[in-house]
Amino acid sequence: MVLHFEKMLQYAPYFQRGMLYTILLSACTVAIGFVLALAVALIRISKPGKSLLSRGCNKALHFITGLYIEVVRGTPMLVQVMIVYYVLFHPKLLPKPQFTLFGFITGDLFVPALVAISLNSGAYVAEIVRAGIQGVDYGQTEACRSLGMTKLQNMRYIVLPQAIKNILPAIANEFVTIIKESSVCSVIGVQELMKNTQQVQGASFLPAEPLLIAAALYLCMTVPTSKIIAYFERRMRRGDQR
Amino acid sequence: MATSGNLIQVKDLVKTFESRIHALDHVSLAINQGDVVVIVGPSGSGKSTFLRSLNLLEEPTSGEVIFEGVNIAGKRVNIDVHRQKMGMVFQHFNLFPHLTILQNMTLAPMKVKKIPQKEAEEKALALLDRVGLRDRAEAYPIQLSGGQKQRVAIVRALCMEPEVMLFDEPTSALDPEMVGEVLEVMKSLAREGMTMVVVTHEMGFAREVATRVIFMDSGKIVEENPPEEFFQNPQSERLKDFLAKVL
Repeated sequence: MVLHFEKMLQYAPYFQRGMLYTILLSACTVAIGFVLALAVALIRISKPGKSLLSRGCNKALHFITGLYIEVVRGTPMLVQVMIVYYVLFHPKLLPKPQFTLFGFITGDLFVPALVAISLNSGAYVAEIVRAGIQGVDYGQTEACRSLGMTKLQNMRYIVLPQAIKNILPAIANEFVTIIKESSVCSVIGVQELMKNTQQVQGASFLPAEPLLIAAALYLCMTVPTSKIIAYFERRMRRGDQR
Repeated sequence: MATSGNLIQVKDLVKTFESRIHALDHVSLAINQGDVVVIVGPSGSGKSTFLRSLNLLEEPTSGEVIFEGVNIAGKRVNIDVHRQKMGMVFQHFNLFPHLTILQNMTLAPMKVKKIPQKEAEEKALALLDRVGLRDRAEAYPIQLSGGQKQRVAIVRALCMEPEVMLFDEPTSALDPEMVGEVLEVMKSLAREGMTMVVVTHEMGFAREVATRVIFMDSGKIVEENPPEEFFQNPQSERLKDFLAKVL
């Protein structure tokens, strides 16, 4: 078999745009997914107060977040993406946002895709964050609170910095996963790298070359991501060195 | 020595855990300004639980902890405000590993008392100087020995200028040769008139600096006396038995 990569040159803009789309989609997902995960994790470790109302709210929130995590982890992402696009963003339920970025990213596809994979990633990261927070020695909280700091200050200055340091490898793994899994969004027509690759296959009548290029481009995105996070991990380990 | 009024008054404190019936069994105690109260007793006697109840790290099941005239064990009390004035030193130091020694000491003054960074750092450095660790200000906790960590933990609490210092077995996790340096710091604090409540197994410390020694057993205060009386003339059988084992 002879590969004709030279014939791919004319399709370079497709790959370029697809890659930019994938990067933008993944970066937004990482940000939104992490905020969502943090909120869900904090709810899941929260303890009920003394009043009946507080206990009721706590129980309800625990149930909702528990259900959310179970549903997301127990169903295929392909199904989740399609449900968000066809059911949640059904014209009668939620209007699809109409805007255009860089001339080729349209809101009506970008936003449902972003919502779907953020919801997916948020559930996985929430469990990682929860384990990270619970992994910080309780003595740290006691020492911090004994100095008069509030619960919130304890979370922000003492617990979360240590938790995030501990879960960074797992988070890095999740970020890389998002870049790869965002390819699933091609099924609803999102013009990310995989969708554009398929279009190049159709236009060029060459099946292998576009796929090989796509694989190489995914690697170009995932490898630097893990390297960058490894760098931050080393920096944050300062406190561990003798 | 004891001068003006009660700083802390504990009334009828009860703490029940699910597993054990009474960790604290109706304990009452008054602590005066300048008191150095040393609490001893066998493990499981409730002495740590009692100490941790004083700043509400352990929430009592019932009873009152009156600190500066306020029942801080009551409902609707903002405990954070009162904890600022009650320094605590733990058995396992609990320094913040991701912060330098200086940051460990300045965090609470800056975030809680809103003291400017420069001022907080000056105060912290002066305190570090006092315990002979000024040159380690930029080090991380893991770079210090156990004794050094505990000295930092003590001055970290002092940075908040507390009215009382609570010590929860401060030397129990230390190598024997490091116990002395920590006790020295505590003794100098006591000499300056700091009000202290100390749970410890260091009988020498109790003898030397305590104004009162308390013996606890099964959640109760069994005996409470000045150190001479406490060690020379123990009343109860249980204290006699305990002293025979530890001295």
